[in-house]
Amino acid sequence: MSKKRMMGLFGDFEEAHDAIADIRRNEVPGLTVDDVTMTSPIEHPDVEEVLGDRPVHLQKFTLFGAVFGVTFGFLFLAAAQASFLVQPQGGKPIIPLPSNFVLMYEMLIFFAVWLTFFAFIFLSGLLRKRSALYSEKVSLDQVAIIVEIDESIGESVKGLFEKHKVLEIREEAIR
Amino acid sequence: MTMVTEKDINEQIAWAKINTDVLKSMENPRPAYWVTLAVCIAMVACAVVAEYIQYTVGMGTANLNNPHMWDMYIAAFVFWIGMSHSGTLLSAILHLIHADWRKPIYRFAEAMTTFSLMTAGIFPMIHLGRVWNLYWVLPYVSDRGIWPNFRSPLVWDAFAITTYLTASMLFLFVGMIPDLAICRDNTTGWRKKLYTILSLGWVGSDKQWRNFRKIYLLMACFLIPLAVSVHSIVSADFAMSIMPGWHITTFPPYFVAGALYSGCAAIITLFILLRYFFRFEDYMTLPIMEKTAKLTFAIAMVWTYLNLIEFASVWYGHDIYNKELLIAKATGAYAWIFWTMLFCGSVLPFALAFRKLRRHMPTMFVVSLFLNLGMFFERWMIVAPTLSMSQEPHQWDIMYGSIVEWAIVFGSFGWFGMLFLIFVKVFPSVSMYEVKEMVFHRKRSLGEEDLVRMTDHAKPATQTTGREGT
Repeated sequence: MSKKRMMGLFGDFEEAHDAIADIRRNEVPGLTVDDVTMTSPIEHPDVEEVLGDRPVHLQKFTLFGAVFGVTFGFLFLAAAQASFLVQPQGGKPIIPLPSNFVLMYEMLIFFAVWLTFFAFIFLSGLLRKRSALYSEKVSLDQVAIIVEIDESIGESVKGLFEKHKVLEIREEAIR
Repeated sequence: MTMVTEKDINEQIAWAKINTDVLKSMENPRPAYWVTLAVCIAMVACAVVAEYIQYTVGMGTANLNNPHMWDMYIAAFVFWIGMSHSGTLLSAILHLIHADWRKPIYRFAEAMTTFSLMTAGIFPMIHLGRVWNLYWVLPYVSDRGIWPNFRSPLVWDAFAITTYLTASMLFLFVGMIPDLAICRDNTTGWRKKLYTILSLGWVGSDKQWRNFRKIYLLMACFLIPLAVSVHSIVSADFAMSIMPGWHITTFPPYFVAGALYSGCAAIITLFILLRYFFRFEDYMTLPIMEKTAKLTFAIAMVWTYLNLIEFASVWYGHDIYNKELLIAKATGAYAWIFWTMLFCGSVLPFALAFRKLRRHMPTMFVVSLFLNLGMFFERWMIVAPTLSMSQEPHQWDIMYGSIVEWAIVFGSFGWFGMLFLIFVKVFPSVSMYEVKEMVFHRKRSLGEEDLVRMTDHAKPATQTTGREGT
């Protein structure tokens, strides 16, 4: 059975919220909330809530970056300092921990921030070609609900969107 | 009697108008914008000539000698590092405490952070003399025999400022991505190409917003301790020495308070300029100016308190060198700078306590400039008197900057202004999506259901296929 993507543009969050709530209540057989993507001009936790639990894993990368940063920071500095063996230290340690802590702290933040940024790009699906269903009106003031469905339930989904005062419907076939 | 609270922003403002106003600002500023930009470029040109003279003749042209090997360059460096704390304060701290009035003005404060760090970063190079050996500060593992001193706060500076610069640039960039997508969708020509690349394919999906919310929070959490560490480390440049006037325990908080103070004062200056240049009266409103002014006043009082604490501990500590230096600051050759600093930094902020003055833009503009003059003098008073009156009287010497030094410092203001003005012309200086959020949530908190509607579409559903215009 062929599949397609359908996008409904809504004038406000309330209607979009209600439409997703109807999908969650299985008002259209064969369509679940997991098939739904919402695009909006602002972040809206209430509407995202009705989409269900979609965990974010960004913080794990941040933690990894922080641990890597502090470890790398120490090794990097210690390696540089160890090559100073030939320099007279006047009784001071070759690898001075207190001052290294300051630099390791900076390295911790440096790598945590950069890794978080790269993870953000990767996890958010950025740097990919935009779908033909993207509407520029979303960056203005409209909310879009995009669903991936079988051709057979297309009319039911359209009916659901229209029930919630959809402003415009667009479709594209999934090859 | 009921008290009517003035709104930070008009909740009735349409989302389309927010887009239009901000996008228009990038095309069509007032002529004063171009005049200011030309002045900034002229200032940079003066600095380039001065730097050329210093580069070819030597550091003596800047009146630098022994014991005055630092002076105005390092004072300017500290000043610009301090200025960079504005973005962290408005963006990160106020974000974490959910102060949504920051939303129309935080973008330019973040840009200030980035550009003031870029300005500060120039001073170690200028001050170095042998600029071509700059890479020696990089502690990469090698057998070059350079021996960077890892116990020196100057090496810590290199690490801290690099981290702060890159992190604040990322923070600025990440926060702009949704707005860059708006720009991409509403512009043509070179701008469209630029915004298409920079928006990284943002479409505003729920997945993107969830990750966006998280990264913004994480970066804000990192940026606050980072900003504190950067200025603490800059203060360590002085406090780790045993020079009178520098070896002071309260230096790190004193520097951080001073940084926030000068950053806030600069936000007021640029707030007024941008409001005028780009006709942002609907977004940079008087109530927001009032809140910024109150914040500045509060920080000014903290700074004043830390000053008094420092004076008191020196006075009652009976360390002969420190006490003599304090007396010399108040009565010696630099006394006029000392008293101007105290007047601008501690007395003038009381103007911000008056509602009428807080709402009068020309007054606020002048006051904010004087506040920052006071903060520049503060940095001068940290550096110069100690070098002039160290422990060894045979080295005592009064020093004021030469014309070369002044031209370079003056040019740094032009450099900062030039970068900032180019930025606000190319990128949205008001965060469109955050202002929309602010309007949306404030409408909702009013409990007026009708108002929650973003648009007034009443047209019937139509069906099209594929992307618009294709």
